Amino acid sequence: MGAQTRVYKRRIKSVTATKKITKAMEMIAASRIVKAQRRVAASEPYATELTRAVTAVATGSNTKHSLTTEVEQPRRAAVLLITSDRGLAGGYNSNAIKASEQLTNRLAGEGKEILHYVVGRKGVAYYGFRERPVQEFWTGFTDSPSYGDAKAVSAPLIESVKADTAEGGVDELYIVYTEFLSMMTQQPVDNRILPLSFDKSTEEPAEGSKGKPEILPLFDFEPSADDVLDALLPRYVESRVYNALLQSAASKHAATRRAMKSATDNADELIKTLTRLANAARQADITQEISEIVGGASALADASAGSDR
Amino acid sequence: MAELHVELVAADRKVWSGEASLVVARTTSGDIGVMPGHQPLLGVLESGSITIRTTGESGTGTVVAAVHGGFISFADDKLSLLAEIAELSDEIDVQRAERALERAKADTDAAAERRADVRLRAVTGAH
Repeated sequence: MGAQTRVYKRRIKSVTATKKITKAMEMIAASRIVKAQRRVAASEPYATELTRAVTAVATGSNTKHSLTTEVEQPRRAAVLLITSDRGLAGGYNSNAIKASEQLTNRLAGEGKEILHYVVGRKGVAYYGFRERPVQEFWTGFTDSPSYGDAKAVSAPLIESVKADTAEGGVDELYIVYTEFLSMMTQQPVDNRILPLSFDKSTEEPAEGSKGKPEILPLFDFEPSADDVLDALLPRYVESRVYNALLQSAASKHAATRRAMKSATDNADELIKTLTRLANAARQADITQEISEIVGGASALADASAGSDR
Repeated sequence: MAELHVELVAADRKVWSGEASLVVARTTSGDIGVMPGHQPLLGVLESGSITIRTTGESGTGTVVAAVHGGFISFADDKLSLLAEIAELSDEIDVQRAERALERAKADTDAAAERRADVRLRAVTGAH
């Protein structure tokens, strides 16, 4: 075997090994998307009912609550960015980070101070590398977040919203995550969770009541509207964070699947090209060998013909 | 007879839904029973058990569930029970709950002790 052929054979082997890995990762991600999607769907009833309840209290009572009323001049905002722990997901993390940067710039342009909260190692690494301060960060659960994780993430957020602005509390709470639209499309979005904006939250759960806005009855509150709201809003934040974590997880798996699929396709392409080159090199080797034999034979024939004379 | 449509949902799944004639739940200001035609209500739930007297397609019977923190909301004969954690009495692993109760007592963890206690009482039916 010629030297050139051997080099090609070796490269084909290594690309085939890589292809096996990417193929496996693609299939793992594909199976996880389904699971993650199912979890998003399972969390939906709770989120819908909770949104309905929050809307009911906030519209049905005229209590003023720090979590529902807009501050006239918001000075500080918290931004929760959700990324993943692992890479190999195409543009997934950088898109989420980019969306958060845009939001940060927009808020900074409005003269607000921004506190960063980050979920996922990739986001933490981004801030760490740039030596930018992060209030708090969480890692280790982004692949399959549980409700407990969402609670842990929400706790400091709720606390800082409740605190006075003068004592380092925040006036607004934003969340940046990747929305799972379909297997093929995931989109980074930034949502304001608090203060509540009702025109939006009433639109979302309107499945059965499309077209006609639901008229909410006057509620009787047990024990009181204030207490109910006090108890309801932290749960609302938790459920939104939980939903965002689940959607991000599903999006991450979908992004991984797509990235790994294109890696596998590229490996296929590379193997094809390399095989062609290897074949050409083999043919060249054979041609050269034949011409060497023919050349040698005719040289011998010439030599013996000369000695006969 | 009028019926209540009940949805019992936990943060990560729908636990139970169906028709009922009476739902008894424990709010922060005491036990409350809701029957069809009740005034619209929104209340904060304590950790405790919820009793649902079922009717309609699911047959007449009683469903008991343990819930930990949550809300009850009722309007238009639709009742939703939202809880961070909710378990039906037949889903509860009694031995595990007992072990958890022992452990919580040993560690003097009041919250955990309460959770385990609520689970056990949901199974035995004692309030």
